[in-house]
Amino acid sequence: MFRFLKKGKADPGERKSATFSADLGILVFENTSDVIRAETVLKKAGWAVRVMGPPPEIRSGCDLVIEFPLIEELNILRELEQADIHPLSVVPVSAPLLVPVDLFHTKDFGEYVMVRAANMKITVSKKDYRIVNISGGGCPDVPFLAQQMVGKTLSESPKPRDLGHTLCGYALQLAYEELTQK
Amino acid sequence: MIGVVGTVPDLRFPLTHGFVRLANGHIDICGLNVPVNRGTPALLAAALTASEWIKGPQIYAFLAGDIGRGDGSRLLYPFLERHLTEFDFSVLTFHYLQPDVDWHNRVLFAIQAMKKQPLLIADAGYMYAAKMSGQAKSYDFFTPDVGELAFLADEMAPHPFYTRGFILHQDNDVPDLIRCAYDHQNAARYLVVKGQPDFIADERGVIETVDHPSFEAMEAIGGTGDTLTGLLSVLCSTGFRLPDAAILAAKINRWTGYFANPTPAMQVMQLVIHVPPALTEVLNPRAGGR
Repeated sequence: MFRFLKKGKADPGERKSATFSADLGILVFENTSDVIRAETVLKKAGWAVRVMGPPPEIRSGCDLVIEFPLIEELNILRELEQADIHPLSVVPVSAPLLVPVDLFHTKDFGEYVMVRAANMKITVSKKDYRIVNISGGGCPDVPFLAQQMVGKTLSESPKPRDLGHTLCGYALQLAYEELTQK
Repeated sequence: MIGVVGTVPDLRFPLTHGFVRLANGHIDICGLNVPVNRGTPALLAAALTASEWIKGPQIYAFLAGDIGRGDGSRLLYPFLERHLTEFDFSVLTFHYLQPDVDWHNRVLFAIQAMKKQPLLIADAGYMYAAKMSGQAKSYDFFTPDVGELAFLADEMAPHPFYTRGFILHQDNDVPDLIRCAYDHQNAARYLVVKGQPDFIADERGVIETVDHPSFEAMEAIGGTGDTLTGLLSVLCSTGFRLPDAAILAAKINRWTGYFANPTPAMQVMQLVIHVPPALTEVLNPRAGGR
């Protein structure tokens, strides 16, 4: 009886399947770094969340929001609270959200290979998987990420999601993941 | 005098403005040094090298440290809003700033209050903000790469990260993307689209393409778009017709590749040092070119 009120975490698969029929909400954060941290925490805990583009009325320029099953609001907020991450607001989704780009382009330069995701490109040496260049993008974390990553191998390098703060940084993470899967 | 607004990837770097010079691979501004890797320092390095060669105007920069959290950009925006009217620039180039539509608009109002209207170039994050603000027509040049052009062509996308797939798939149809960008009022007076080939366009369509010399490796090298914007800023300040300045900038940027013999592992400063022979090749071929 009252099993649905039972505390504790469901297994990730169970949680995921439970979310598809629920209404959706979005978590709005002060900056993209918080979004990336929140996504990491929530996905690690098995929540079915997606990083999306905000609706026009709350858009300021370089934004991401987290889409989540609204019915799980309290549980998700608690999870974030434990990680000391505090959303600015929670808003029900009333219109379709923008979907991040999911197309990748790969260019083979012989000794090097380059992967592009959205406006970001990362190039590595095929010999030792050393990152030799990062190009594209327009947000100020791009030169910073390049400074931290170029010259290191894919395994030595910090991940863009750990250092990046903007959509360009997030796009670089996608390119980095695509490259590591190759 | 040319003005350049941008950021450097060092949180400790304070809001600084002043004349810049290039020394030993570093940008020097008010006694502070910034290495030339990519981003605004690469733009400045190319612009300084070109301006020295053609005996062009001095370059004045507004810089602040920003690693993507917006700290430096949030220092620059209000400073520009308050002080831009105190300056006189022939060209004002905006570069790596955290896109912020509200602040973009405030800065644009400040520009419109300047005694003499500078020619306006927007690249990188500032171009994103300019497009999203709906004020693209206020600018003389946007300098997107092909992916960013798709973003300009997509009237719904607030950032290249959200460009819709069916538009991204049109990578090879640059003229069509240019037309869409102008149809949606999301392009500046002129576009310089960096790619293979480079396209120079206005609202009537493609004015010229530049495809020689061509080096595939240039696409991988971080900062090659920044150097093109730096060259464009200088050439626009020296009396060339604007489309001609754009065509020449695209050619010179490519010729730096010719002299550097680039690989995908090359760093941008290794290209910048070849700006002088590239300028000779394009602007004064009888003096030293083939």
